Amino acid sequence: MIKSFFREYAGILGGLLILCLVSSFLSEYFWSVNNVTNIILQTSIVAIVAFGMTYAILLAGIDLSVGSIVALTGLVLVIGLTNGLPFGLMLPMALLVAVFCGFSNGFITTWLGVHPFIVTMSFMGIWRGVAMLTSDGQAVSLYDNAPFEYIFNGYLFGIPFPIIILLSMIALNHFVLSKTTFGRRVYIVGGNPEAAAYSGINVSKTTIYSYMITGLMAGVGGVMLASRMFSAQPTAANGMELDAIAACVLGGTSLTGGRGTIIGTLIGALIIAVLSNVMSLMNVDFFVSLIVKGVVILIAVGIDVYKNKRKST
Amino acid sequence: MSKVLLETVGLCKHFGDNKAVDGLSIRFRAGRVHTILGENGCGKSTTLKMLAGVHPPTFGSILRNGKNVEFKSPRDSRDNGIAIIFQELSLCNNLTVAENIFANNEPHRFGVIDSKKIISDAEGILNKYHIPISAEVKVGSLSMAQRQLVEIAKGLSYPSDVVIFDEPTSSLSDSEVEILFNIISELKSENKAIIYVSHKMAEIMRISDDITVMRDGQYIDTVDKAETSIDPLITMMVGREMSDIYPSKNESASEIGDLVLSVKSLTNPNAFHNVSFDLHAGEVVGFFGLVGAGRSDVMNALFGMLPYEGEILIKGKKVAIETPIIAIENGIAFVTENRKEEGLVLDHSVHINCNLASFERIATRGLINERAEVSQTEESIKRMNIRVQNRHQSVGALSGGNQQKIVLAKWLERQPDILILDEPTRGVDVGAKYEIYSIIRELTEKGTAVILVSSELPEVMNMSDRLFVMREKKLVKEFKTKGLTQDKVMVYATGVDSND
Repeated sequence: MIKSFFREYAGILGGLLILCLVSSFLSEYFWSVNNVTNIILQTSIVAIVAFGMTYAILLAGIDLSVGSIVALTGLVLVIGLTNGLPFGLMLPMALLVAVFCGFSNGFITTWLGVHPFIVTMSFMGIWRGVAMLTSDGQAVSLYDNAPFEYIFNGYLFGIPFPIIILLSMIALNHFVLSKTTFGRRVYIVGGNPEAAAYSGINVSKTTIYSYMITGLMAGVGGVMLASRMFSAQPTAANGMELDAIAACVLGGTSLTGGRGTIIGTLIGALIIAVLSNVMSLMNVDFFVSLIVKGVVILIAVGIDVYKNKRKST
Repeated sequence: MSKVLLETVGLCKHFGDNKAVDGLSIRFRAGRVHTILGENGCGKSTTLKMLAGVHPPTFGSILRNGKNVEFKSPRDSRDNGIAIIFQELSLCNNLTVAENIFANNEPHRFGVIDSKKIISDAEGILNKYHIPISAEVKVGSLSMAQRQLVEIAKGLSYPSDVVIFDEPTSSLSDSEVEILFNIISELKSENKAIIYVSHKMAEIMRISDDITVMRDGQYIDTVDKAETSIDPLITMMVGREMSDIYPSKNESASEIGDLVLSVKSLTNPNAFHNVSFDLHAGEVVGFFGLVGAGRSDVMNALFGMLPYEGEILIKGKKVAIETPIIAIENGIAFVTENRKEEGLVLDHSVHINCNLASFERIATRGLINERAEVSQTEESIKRMNIRVQNRHQSVGALSGGNQQKIVLAKWLERQPDILILDEPTRGVDVGAKYEIYSIIRELTEKGTAVILVSSELPEVMNMSDRLFVMREKKLVKEFKTKGLTQDKVMVYATGVDSND
């Protein structure tokens, strides 16, 4: 079990390890408890959004609207709370909005039979616009709301609460994809939708449910981001969809569908986070860091393609 | 004896521990059709790929006109005058026939493609080999069989004196097979060496001069066609005596059971008209017809993939089959004619594919039952004699016969009452065919009702109890197969009396 785990992720795990090793030489501060915690905290939101993205990509689809869903969810939550509604009501409400956004993506994709790239690109604009309209384009701040602040800033058993959320999202999504019949359906539909239909799998339902999960994960990310900023911003998480896609791809999720795991995505997200972290520790110019990140993704994908080619001949 | 144009000496290709080809020595002579024969997985595809420069050999050498050559890429092989026509189509549907024939090899003037010359050159090739297709139509508008002929013309557009055909007739109908055989005899008269790979024994016996048999990567023997016949060849191929290609029916168990399926005036305006038939437990009903007669469409309607008017009764109860899910719930299983597209997830493991239609059923409250699945997979591998390294291997790498057995396994795990088989032995070697036929016999003895759709007349006639013939989207005739002759069936299938 452990052996097969390491064999499966040998490539990216090795990459992450080398990256950490190099980083520890470049900066003595790298391995400090503070910095490691910081890396995990910083990656937690993107990683959770990327878990949702993994479902979409496993279906050979994509969800470009997750960044907008993150912003919209945060706004729904914070606007509700500033108007005096209880947290216990607003949290499920906000997440429900996120699930609805995901439902729209899945439903219209299957109903029109259009590639999700087009559908989710449209919704990326639509939800961002809705967020802008509801907030007049302004950030909405919220202080002195204990449960709201606790989400990203609290501690449970001495562990930062966002890390608890991250761990439970890993466990939940890994469980769904590897142990449930729904997860199996996602892999089969993504691997070959025709064969799935001929085997008696409801392809539309599987697709819609998957995008609902993608939406839900973006919603969880949105709630965490708002708590972290003590405010909701209509421009928040602009471009986060690309970080999420990068994490999936780095983690070995195939854009042609049917192949990929939550653990892979997690490692992918960690690689990006460590890379950003070490570059900021070393005061690398932000513009240069963009280039470095792009190059690293290309190299990782190149290695993956090369490995698969060798396996198939 | 004529000149040796191409020769392999001790050719080997090993993939890790797997010896796909092990010590193959063959001589291909000018003006002769040399068939390589063997079951799926015997190493003939790998051999062709070495000759085509796709795989470099592990050991051994390839001699061209007596000289040692090394092919590093398909281009090297082509530049050495070897033309290969692969089974998979490599045509662009949005381009014309002429543009496809000269794809990546366009005649040009001043760096610009000479569009007039492309057409005239393409017409030259098409006319030379009597291929009745216009050079200027888009490939997308052609039938699959016509596309295969374009593929052949494309292969022949390069100067070559060794021409390799990899199962060229698998998607051709009879009239196009004749065109192909004319091309081959034309090539023969030009004194080229032709290497031919096919599963169809009848056509191999018709066009071959030499036949080399391979088994499990090993060279078995090369024989002169004139000095052999089908039976010893099959014995050499499978390595055991095979008294008959079709397993005989257990007569004592041939009691036809209760009515399980009753189809009444089934109609889909675009696909088939007024189709009615009954199916009983324990019987095999064959469906024969030419390509496009509507057989597969009827089966797709029975499985909820095509809308229909009319009535379907299962065990006397009227059922509206709107989706495959409803069909499956009513005990129907459907092995479609395209296993790669509709039957399997090629990227996924043998294990996942064996449980494709049943993982839901053996799950408890939405949770995968890993242990039950594994034992089911292992049992299927044993029962169906599926040759795999282990259950984690991806099915894309398996031979056609093994893939087809997995599609069957995936359905048998649901123990269906009605099993629809559409071209179950297409692209499957003789040994695996026999095994698939045996499974059909075993199932009917246990009371499963089987519908067998096939374009191979001997297959449907030997395996079925009753035979329906379809022509132009209609059911035109029902036969009892006992004492039936092929001529009688063909009269109804083609609508032409052969005695006219």
